[in-house]
Amino acid sequence: MVVDLLPPDDADRVFHALADRTRRDIVHRVLTGAASVSELGRHYPISLTAVQKHVAVLEQAGLVTKTRLGREQLVRAQIDTVRRAMQLLDQYEAVWRGRVDRMAALLDEPDSTTDSEEQPR
Amino acid sequence: MTVIDVQKDMTALTMTVTAEFDASVERVWQLWADPRRLERWWGPPMFPATVGQHDLAPGGAVTYFMTSPEGEQFHGWWRVLDVQPQRVLLVEDGFADDQGVPNPDLPVTTMRVELFDREGGGTNVTITSRFGTVEQLQQLVEMGMEEGLKAAMGQMDAILAE
Repeated sequence: MVVDLLPPDDADRVFHALADRTRRDIVHRVLTGAASVSELGRHYPISLTAVQKHVAVLEQAGLVTKTRLGREQLVRAQIDTVRRAMQLLDQYEAVWRGRVDRMAALLDEPDSTTDSEEQPR
Repeated sequence: MTVIDVQKDMTALTMTVTAEFDASVERVWQLWADPRRLERWWGPPMFPATVGQHDLAPGGAVTYFMTSPEGEQFHGWWRVLDVQPQRVLLVEDGFADDQGVPNPDLPVTTMRVELFDREGGGTNVTITSRFGTVEQLQQLVEMGMEEGLKAAMGQMDAILAE
């Protein structure tokens, strides 16, 4: 294939990981730069353990990596995986955007051909 | 802006596109109900669709093929599950072999179309696509990309031939 997509099993893990609002939010936050688990934890009304669990799911899906820095765990986005997951749905969205544009163009034409089969263009 | 909203639900594997048109529900419904109109928007410009069977009744079928710039034909089908004229259309949308026989190995998408009268005129349409599995979504995208690429190549050929 032209574009390098995710293998099906990986894609399943990625979509499962991104299905949770908190996990999506974590990915968003670390896309712009690494953050420690405790920094991330300040943004959510959940325990640090729960944040750890979310990060672990994201890590398994290959969406983030964790590195130890002293006593802290630094979470970083795996840009490549995130991009490919978004691409999948975005590509399908593009199909429908194209269709809707063509529908709009058709509706803009004068409606004189309702029963006439001639000159469909 | 014609597309006013796109919602992607990764858990349910659905995508809902909401579009607004400055046209009556009668006219917007004709985009689906009139096979000659349907053929003009379903396929990308370089892959025009030709609709054969077109029976928008519960249990009815729509068959079509799209023709590539090289003349290759790609067949598809809809199975109509529900129709409420000018309001709702629910179909299964799949692919077929060269004879138009449904190919069970290719993805089947469920597509639900709903039309709403907009206050002050015009029509809103929501189109919800539901995919069976991530794998199927991926397969669809791969097929779409191939189409897109071929179409782009066709356009280049046309420009170079000018």
